[in-house]
Amino acid sequence: MTSFLRLYFNRLLPQLIALGIIIVAVSLVFPGFLNLQIQNGRLYGSLIDILNRGAPVVLLAIGMTVVIATKGIDLSVGAVMAICGATAAACITSGHSVAATLLITLAVGILCGLWNGVLVAVLDIQPIIATLVLMVAGRGIAQLITEGAILTFNDPGLAFIGSGSFAGLPMPVVIWLVFGVLIAMLVRRTALGMLIEAIGVNRQASTLSGVLTPVLLIAAYVLSGLCAAIAGIIAAADIRGADANNAGLWLELDAILAVVVGGTSLLGGRFSIAASVLGAIIIQAINTGILLSGFPPEFNLIIKAAIIVFILVLQSPRFRTAFSFLVPARGASKASERAAK
Amino acid sequence: MQTNDHILQAIRIEKTFPGTKALDKVDFHLRRGEVHALLGENGAGKSTLIKCLTGAYRRDGGAILLNDAEVDPRDTFEAQTLGIGTVYQEVNLLANLTVAENLFLGRQPRRFGMVDVSTMNRRAQELLADYELDIDVTRDLASYSVAIQQVVAIARAVDLSGKVLILDEPTASLDAHEVAMLFRIVRRLKARGLGIIFVTHFLEQVYEISDRITVLRNGQLVGTRETADLDRRELIAMMIGRELAAEIHAPRAETPDGPLRYRFRNYGRKGRVRPFDLEVRAGEVVGMAGLLGSGRTETAELLFGAHRADSGEAEIDGRVVDLSSPRAAIRHRFGFCPEDRKTSGIIGDLSVRENIVLALQARRGWTRPIARAEQNRLADHYIRALDIRTADREKPIKLLSGGNQQKAILARWLATEPEFLILDEPTRGIDVGAHAEIVKLIEALREKGLSLIVVSSEIEELVAYSTRIIVLRDRAHVAELDGNRITAHQIVEAIAATNERRTS
Repeated sequence: MTSFLRLYFNRLLPQLIALGIIIVAVSLVFPGFLNLQIQNGRLYGSLIDILNRGAPVVLLAIGMTVVIATKGIDLSVGAVMAICGATAAACITSGHSVAATLLITLAVGILCGLWNGVLVAVLDIQPIIATLVLMVAGRGIAQLITEGAILTFNDPGLAFIGSGSFAGLPMPVVIWLVFGVLIAMLVRRTALGMLIEAIGVNRQASTLSGVLTPVLLIAAYVLSGLCAAIAGIIAAADIRGADANNAGLWLELDAILAVVVGGTSLLGGRFSIAASVLGAIIIQAINTGILLSGFPPEFNLIIKAAIIVFILVLQSPRFRTAFSFLVPARGASKASERAAK
Repeated sequence: MQTNDHILQAIRIEKTFPGTKALDKVDFHLRRGEVHALLGENGAGKSTLIKCLTGAYRRDGGAILLNDAEVDPRDTFEAQTLGIGTVYQEVNLLANLTVAENLFLGRQPRRFGMVDVSTMNRRAQELLADYELDIDVTRDLASYSVAIQQVVAIARAVDLSGKVLILDEPTASLDAHEVAMLFRIVRRLKARGLGIIFVTHFLEQVYEISDRITVLRNGQLVGTRETADLDRRELIAMMIGRELAAEIHAPRAETPDGPLRYRFRNYGRKGRVRPFDLEVRAGEVVGMAGLLGSGRTETAELLFGAHRADSGEAEIDGRVVDLSSPRAAIRHRFGFCPEDRKTSGIIGDLSVRENIVLALQARRGWTRPIARAEQNRLADHYIRALDIRTADREKPIKLLSGGNQQKAILARWLATEPEFLILDEPTRGIDVGAHAEIVKLIEALREKGLSLIVVSSEIEELVAYSTRIIVLRDRAHVAELDGNRITAHQIVEAIAATNERRTS
């Protein structure tokens, strides 16, 4: 088991190093960065803020990881967030209970995923085009639901999802932690992970080996839709309103970036949900860090781009072979594997 | 004709791709003023040889002599300037430029630093007049037929290079009239002393135009012969393989007497393979022979449900079964090693272990994962049993050689304990050692009582392990050979007879 943990650690090492460097760098510029305090039984501090603010992208990245592992991509998640936020707001303002609102909203997210999945798996449309349809149309649908206005609500139950806390942690953090662990277990404790990777590497060979390719492909997009729905609920609950125009805007790109920073190839195949979650946290840490460091906001995007280029270079195979002496040697992990036996 | 009047000589050319030896010390000699046909089944190494000659690939070994001087073209451009021009099946010119621009691209006549359009057009017109082509050279190339584009490409290649012209399947999309026009041009170029290499699948065209024939098989030179001395039957035998030893085939000691288990009646699919009847016993190896495109692979895919049959029905042990998808076939304990290992066999990035357990895992369903220890046991078992050469079971399968990849795919199916195994070209592109082991494995599986269907282009191989042979032609099953009639000679007869009928 120790060897397993070690392999796992090795896989996440570049992401952990990158995150560590960012945290150290920001704390040098902004000394209060690492402070944590407890008020009213809830943790506060910049680090907690990163985990909290990062919740939507973390959730989107979980679904996006699985979709990308199948050699697909889901451009519609930002728009699905808007649709689901609008749905939640519309349900709660029209007098539905919180439970009913959540169920309806999640169902809408699943429906969106189903649409994408059918386009990709059954009609065999390229994923980037298939999901572009909903990316463009989705905001229109969200606007139809909110009737063009920002739908606000005051239901404390729904608002709790965005701003409440549980066991000292903000609700969004609790939600993505639990959901992330659940999905990672689902994928790795069953054969799903391997079958998804097989489809991503070679769909035709997988089908010929008896893998139920269309169903698994649809399931991947459904999961992505579900993740977008949860992210949409959190975003709406946070501001107690649904903004069809801005909710989740450009977040599909952040989610894809998180997956890439997490080291999952856009060519499909091997994936790691934990690494993508770390990728999303890295992106949020950069966003928050730049903000706290007091740089003029016009530099933000350029600094963010520079840091991401740096992380990607760090991961590139060429860089890794050139600097392989810095990373724990493979032989070491093999030796420990043998020792574990 | 002087025998050593060679314009181009390729000596012991070698080229290796990961997993396959594409060219194994191939010799090729082209005379001045001859049309030399280069033949072979798919994967024989024709296009690899062409690409080594034109510099598109770097050869791993061997030498190329042009006019007895060693040359080493690093890219197609250098080959062109040296004198080796190539015209491909898909015209590699720019359809949106004029005919004249295409002819003089990169070497336009200039005047005061500007392209001299009128001179260029005049010279283009003159150039094409040599090819009986009187067309408006100022119009876009795209406005002319493929045949004309082909001639323009030839004119450009000859004008640029002028020593050797390589025609890679130039007639594939031409009609009879256009082929005749092309051949008139080829004969004229031949008379001018060019050496012309002609790659094609159409045997009748080979006999019409070529002076000599070189046949490749599995990356190796089978032989070079004068066309006039080589009859069609012998040529086919060279292409699909028939060693002299195999001709005296000892009749199989035991004829299979296992129970009849699989019966396909009027089974077929429009556009892929015509409806056929097929019965397979337990402990039987049914070989599928035929030329490329005869319907061999289509039959295999149909039996496995990779394509759905649109006529007829399948029975196992007297019960009608549904074989409409690979999953359905796998439920009935079918297995299928596809022809193209890379695109439909291996899952390249996954480990040998994962590749081996994939089909079994897929059949169990995702909710019932095979425990890691069991996966390791299965992988280790088959790595040992089939002698799969790999550093360890976690190595990505794409890093293995072709033969070891093929064994891993076989292991994937053996792990599912199949009863009906379909192997499409199981020995293509793999080294001799692995080849022999796979043939032995087929024998062993038959003795264990499995039913096997084996598609192969290698006749002597089919003779070695088949208990029955089906011969295909034009997407239909046309002959069945069993017992003493399974000889390389009989198979070649069956294929050639039908082939002659088609061309006469």
